[in-house]
Amino acid sequence: MTTPDPARPGRSADSPAPGSAGAAIPEQPAGDRPPPTERRASEGHSASADRPAARDEPAPAPEGRHAPEGQPAPEGQPAAGDRPATEDGHTPGEQPAPEGKPDRPNLGDVVLRLDGVVKTFPGVRALDGVQLEVRAGEVHCLLGQNGAGKSTLIKVLAGVHRADEGSITWLGQPFAPASPQAAMRAGIATIYQELDLVDDLSVAENAFLGHEESRAGFLRRRSTAYRTRQILARLGHDHISPRRLVRSLPAAGKQIVSMARALSHDARLIVMDEPSAVLAHDEVRNLFRIIRELTAQGIAVIYISHRLEEIRDIGDRVTVLKDGRTTAANLPARSTPTRELVSRMTGRTIEYVFPPRASTAATEPLLQVEGLTREGEFADASLSVRAGEIVGIAGLVGSGRSELLETIFGARRADRGTVTLNGKRITSIGGAVRAGMGMAPEERKSQALLLDEPIYRNMTLSSFAGYARGGFTDTGKERAAAAETAAALELRPRGDVNRPIRTLSGGNQQKVVVGRWLLGGTKLLLLDEPTRGVDVGARAELYQVIHDLAARGVGVLMVSSEVPEVLGLADRVLVMREGHLIHEAPASEIDEATVLDLVMAGSLMEGEPA
Amino acid sequence: MTDQTTKASLPAQSPPVEAPPAQARARGNWFKSDGAEPLRRNLGLIGVLVVLVIIGAATRPELYGDATWVKNNTFTILQQASAIGVVTVGMTFVIIGGGIDLSVGAIIAVAGVWSTTLATQSYGTAGMIFTALVVGVVVGLINGVLISYGRLVPFIATLAMMVAARGVAAQISGKQTQVSANTTINSIASTRWLGIPVLVYILALVVAAGWVLLNRTTFGRRTVAVGGNPEAARLAGINVKFHTLLLYALSGLCCGIAAIMLTSQATSAQAAMANLYELDAIAAAIIGGTLLSGGRGTIIGALFGVLVFSTITNLFAINNLSTEAQNMVKGAIIVAAVLVQQFRYKSLTQLLGRSSS
Repeated sequence: MTTPDPARPGRSADSPAPGSAGAAIPEQPAGDRPPPTERRASEGHSASADRPAARDEPAPAPEGRHAPEGQPAPEGQPAAGDRPATEDGHTPGEQPAPEGKPDRPNLGDVVLRLDGVVKTFPGVRALDGVQLEVRAGEVHCLLGQNGAGKSTLIKVLAGVHRADEGSITWLGQPFAPASPQAAMRAGIATIYQELDLVDDLSVAENAFLGHEESRAGFLRRRSTAYRTRQILARLGHDHISPRRLVRSLPAAGKQIVSMARALSHDARLIVMDEPSAVLAHDEVRNLFRIIRELTAQGIAVIYISHRLEEIRDIGDRVTVLKDGRTTAANLPARSTPTRELVSRMTGRTIEYVFPPRASTAATEPLLQVEGLTREGEFADASLSVRAGEIVGIAGLVGSGRSELLETIFGARRADRGTVTLNGKRITSIGGAVRAGMGMAPEERKSQALLLDEPIYRNMTLSSFAGYARGGFTDTGKERAAAAETAAALELRPRGDVNRPIRTLSGGNQQKVVVGRWLLGGTKLLLLDEPTRGVDVGARAELYQVIHDLAARGVGVLMVSSEVPEVLGLADRVLVMREGHLIHEAPASEIDEATVLDLVMAGSLMEGEPA
Repeated sequence: MTDQTTKASLPAQSPPVEAPPAQARARGNWFKSDGAEPLRRNLGLIGVLVVLVIIGAATRPELYGDATWVKNNTFTILQQASAIGVVTVGMTFVIIGGGIDLSVGAIIAVAGVWSTTLATQSYGTAGMIFTALVVGVVVGLINGVLISYGRLVPFIATLAMMVAARGVAAQISGKQTQVSANTTINSIASTRWLGIPVLVYILALVVAAGWVLLNRTTFGRRTVAVGGNPEAARLAGINVKFHTLLLYALSGLCCGIAAIMLTSQATSAQAAMANLYELDAIAAAIIGGTLLSGGRGTIIGALFGVLVFSTITNLFAINNLSTEAQNMVKGAIIVAAVLVQQFRYKSLTQLLGRSSS
């Protein structure tokens, strides 16, 4: 939290520095910089007493405003409403300190402002009026469920996508980067979840990738190394050699290199997309230390994470996105109650149409998973699925849910534990398929489809041998069976199973994948994110298909990042967090906020300010 | 399998879908039917062949005026295409399956040399043929094991095999040309049934078998699936590794057949035989429409690819032109064929993309 504060003692110490921050740091070992660290340390309890304006004052406003939870708040308004409150608190402090360079905003100045930003893709309105305001030197957290539009927003800022409507103001100027390079040049750096480094180049080469120092076409290796060393020192990691290959660095080290790249561009705003997802606990501490030092230098950070405790630890303000809109802006990161944040993230506007569900008769478990473990992915997972039952696993990306599903299917080898289907042990895909298991994987195009092949061949991919006689395929029978299934699944366009599957929409492609297992006479279907990339209308149809399957006695085990989907479809819900199944409940006895809370924080109490 | 499961409770739409051949026949347009598919797809190559023949006729009208000569010359072209054609069929399978086999020429050399050692020749015709086929399959299996289970990149594994197998062939033969004393083997190349060289029958047989295998069997379906999207194939329950192994064994088998054919033609075998066959076979498969990244390709196209190459060779031979110029033309044709295909494929996908939206 570096939002300016008139009373802050560290300010005068910081202020002269930002203009020459890069040069100043090396002489001043990073760990010794007292202002940010000390400030942090004391924050636990005394924060509210010290700096009421910055953190706690805005809190009552949104709370009072949003008190009636679940009621659809007028979109966009909270953002507009909250902003003056925070701004008023700060303006007096900002004005009398204009000593920085003109293009170097002072701490607390608004550097980035998004207003009504809209971005549509064919069939999807990914951003539908986003408000966002980021100040120099603050850590601004972006919160939202999967599909809320966070990634699209990042890409708009990074110059990957262009906003269709709305205004973006960056350092007082309208901002519409034509390319990632342009965004970088303007001073906005993005650190993506999957770090975009070249493994076989050195640290220095990666840091200066795309804007290498050169003279007459020859690289200036020594000068590059020198500058990289400076930047690494500024990040408190001068022990990393600029000549070291990035491949040899651990994930945390790679992240440092990504940040070094951002600083090599002299970034004024660094966007971090779930930076902690790849880090161990103590590495997260280190990351936070770096973030604090960066913000103390006046750099703004947009921080995306699903972990509420992190947001409370590192964040200054929070903006919540839902269905591509800002549902709450500039909430104080530390004092906003978890309930409040969660309710801002849920409260649907997208219609989920779930068919009514007949209760399943209690039968013997079809699938039995006992103590399944894969080191580093998930541990000690036990679950069962009965015939005709839909079991949903809710969890974040990276919680190990997809890995669990693939291991149950035999696509990954378990370190420990057993999977049995109808009493048969499953250890390989071949065995799983023969025993009557089928899977619709997460990445439809890369994991499930032969894009050049016609629909019917994709549909019979796991069963064509069954139609064959003596090794000779019977395409006539295959076509007929595929056409029948296509009709039953209401595949569109109707009628022609010879069309290449590439021409179908995402939802219809998914139907083909489901149809594939229907043809194979599957008894248990594993669905990994079944509605990813599927538009709303087709979703409802897929839900119907899944229900019909269950009604016919097929057991379904599904994974989804969308909590309402799990709750609406499943009979029983399992919650997965960081590799562990932490909760199980009948879908009728658990609500979205509870699941979301479990998914993100692990318990309802954690992260709730006293 | 149990396809009736789908029926139960799902709202039944009127399903009956006519099979397209029936539709096409209804329109009475044979050219648009499935049966004409290979012809349609390879129109470009057929055009190239026709052009080559016309060039031949224009440059040597006195020869092309003689019907017997034309017939014999055609058989010469086919005979020259026979061994490489057989290898190309195997290569096409490997490439469609997502791999590459750089070792085919070397496998032919090992198989040829091994089957013409004095010891092997003492087992007679059957012994020699059996040896060539088994050696081919075994070397192919080694490739396959290295690639499937040793997780080597196909390019590297078969490159290593290409070098090593030539070494083995040189070792066995002591760098000598091994003359075949087996008259049955030697007579294969010179025998004609019904006026058509036996080698041409063998080529036709292998091509036909390859076509059936690719288009009408579960093996062929798996090949396309494995090459088109290995992960999807794996998750659909196909044993991708084992199938890949089989593909290289198949390529090895084709090499064994080709080794016998070449031995018969030369009445001898040596370590340097079938030099650069790997490149000719790959080129023929590619200009025949096989996608180097796997998942798509045709046997008929590959055959036309081979025929185009041997026709060019023949064209240069009857005009007494140098092989240097011939190689330049071959290179140009490879580039042109791939460019044409890329263009055609792109416009096709654009067309399909448009119709879907």
